[in-house]
Amino acid sequence: MNGARVEFRGLRRRFGSTVALDGLDLTVEPGELLALLGPSGCGKTTALRCLAGFEHPDEGEILVDGADITRVPANRRDAGMVFQSYSLFPNLNARDNVSFGMRVRKVPAAKRHARAQELLELVGLPSVGDRYPHQLSGGQQQRVALARALALEPRVLLLDEPLSALDAKVRVTLREEIRRLQLSLGITTIFVTHDQEEALSMADRVAVLRDGRLEQVADPATLYDRPATPFVAEFVGAMNHLPGLVSGDRVTVLGQTLPVEGRAPATAEADVLVRPEAVLVTPDSEGDGIVMVSSFRGSTARLRVRLGDGTEVLADVPGHDSARFAPGTAVRVGLVERPVLVSARSEPGAAAAVPEPDVV
Amino acid sequence: MRDSRTGSKSRWAAAPLLAFVVIVFGVPMLVLLGGTFTKEGTFSTANLTESLQGAYLTALLGSVKISALVAVLGAVLGTFLAQAVVTSRFRALREAVLTASGVLANFGGVPLAFAWIATLGNSGVVTTTLGLGDYGWSLYNFWGLTLVYLYFSIPLQVLTVVPALDGLRPQWREAAQNNGASTWQFWRYVGIPVLTPALLGGAVLLFGGAFSAYATAQAMVGSTVPLVTLKIADALTGNVLIGHENVALALSLDMIVVAGLVMAVYLPLQRRSARWLR
Repeated sequence: MNGARVEFRGLRRRFGSTVALDGLDLTVEPGELLALLGPSGCGKTTALRCLAGFEHPDEGEILVDGADITRVPANRRDAGMVFQSYSLFPNLNARDNVSFGMRVRKVPAAKRHARAQELLELVGLPSVGDRYPHQLSGGQQQRVALARALALEPRVLLLDEPLSALDAKVRVTLREEIRRLQLSLGITTIFVTHDQEEALSMADRVAVLRDGRLEQVADPATLYDRPATPFVAEFVGAMNHLPGLVSGDRVTVLGQTLPVEGRAPATAEADVLVRPEAVLVTPDSEGDGIVMVSSFRGSTARLRVRLGDGTEVLADVPGHDSARFAPGTAVRVGLVERPVLVSARSEPGAAAAVPEPDVV
Repeated sequence: MRDSRTGSKSRWAAAPLLAFVVIVFGVPMLVLLGGTFTKEGTFSTANLTESLQGAYLTALLGSVKISALVAVLGAVLGTFLAQAVVTSRFRALREAVLTASGVLANFGGVPLAFAWIATLGNSGVVTTTLGLGDYGWSLYNFWGLTLVYLYFSIPLQVLTVVPALDGLRPQWREAAQNNGASTWQFWRYVGIPVLTPALLGGAVLLFGGAFSAYATAQAMVGSTVPLVTLKIADALTGNVLIGHENVALALSLDMIVVAGLVMAVYLPLQRRSARWLR
């Protein structure tokens, strides 16, 4: 299989008064796995459905290898799609589901069944060909759906939150398998997800969408370390917004002076953006911080620390150290010595740790 | 010990149902069998033989014919109407059609016959207004009766098949399109097979409804259209010949056999079409 270049050009789509896509410009390189990431209603699924042909944009165009496919019917597009869940045909067994596209194209039964078997083996399910969807687990169903999407050797693979209905362990296994398959087949893949961990761990590049617009597209490391906008910074990973004073290309925050990453804002007062893992916490009875909440996560524990001036800071400590940071423990808080992102203070005195649902 | 007590309680819990079945089905069945095989006080198959000859056989076949036609037409038209309702964007239309179907599916007997006679009978409002009589229109024949039966059969099919149509997931259609299928291919390979158990169930219900209908036909066509239910009534009341009560029972047994044959065709078909559900 050869991957195709996919281009979204000025894509707009409106549903009544809701703008789902607001001039989306995005290019996916051949053979690349691009994750479309964003909160619910950001337009990521709409973009994917426009590419699949299930939605038609009000404006803009979609090109695949330079050819405009914006008005091509869904059943004539060279794209395989895996849906969120429950998309296998219930009246067909796994083999017939996989070979459905070939049956439609009138491929002889023996040939299509052999090909279906090959694909089932490719997705690690060589012996489920005779089983109906309701006889398969959720993970198995999505593997069969993946095999079905690959059966016609499409040049673009579309994955619409295919793992969201699966339990955590199966999700991790399956996402690794999808990545392995994608790399071995070299197929251009667009993967819609609202799970940042999924996007960062699987994709070559991640495109973050917000209100139908592209906020940033970058490789996972860049996206995490150098978010282009405050929205990206907050959406991808947790981020502390700490009050700082900018002086030239340096900023003073929590009593430390650190170099500013990129351009410093014009105002002296600024928000300093710091990831929880860049916050150093040490138990100290003389420290001016108090651990308010400790959330154990296995390899790490996330602390919410309140400082003397009322500022709250999120900090990650190794999981095996979590016992030392029980709520109520007095701690000293510092920052890792490295350049930090600084943004103009959005609201004086409002800088604080970004709340996290699983910590608060 | 506890399990056996629970099991014993469960058995007793089913006793009222069993008693009901015995009284409502068992006793009449025994009476029916007894009467069918009794002629002038002795065991005989004469009633059964007579019920399968001449006018009685014509009536039985007439009932099967009209019931089969109503079942097929009602199932097809009802399914199309249900699909139109399910895919409609207007929620109010859906609610209105489903409510009307609920009422019309239970509209039968003499009131239904009168409604049609007053509308499309020889002196009906529509017949006289449009001068349909000049075109040879008559409600009082096989096709007229079929039309009237469809009036309650189509709504019944709508009620039966709407839940099944609602159960067709949009993802299936999209997945089929994504695999290159046209609309017809989606229906051929996925939609219709998934709906088949519900369609078959609906068709059997319609067949049963038309096969057992009596009052509407009696009020509308009398003996113009030969139907087994009308013949049973005639034989029981001595309307044509006296002393034929046991032939009526034999005709009833014929009806049970026909219903059994329908089920014998339906059940394997249903099992085959629903094998993916097990």
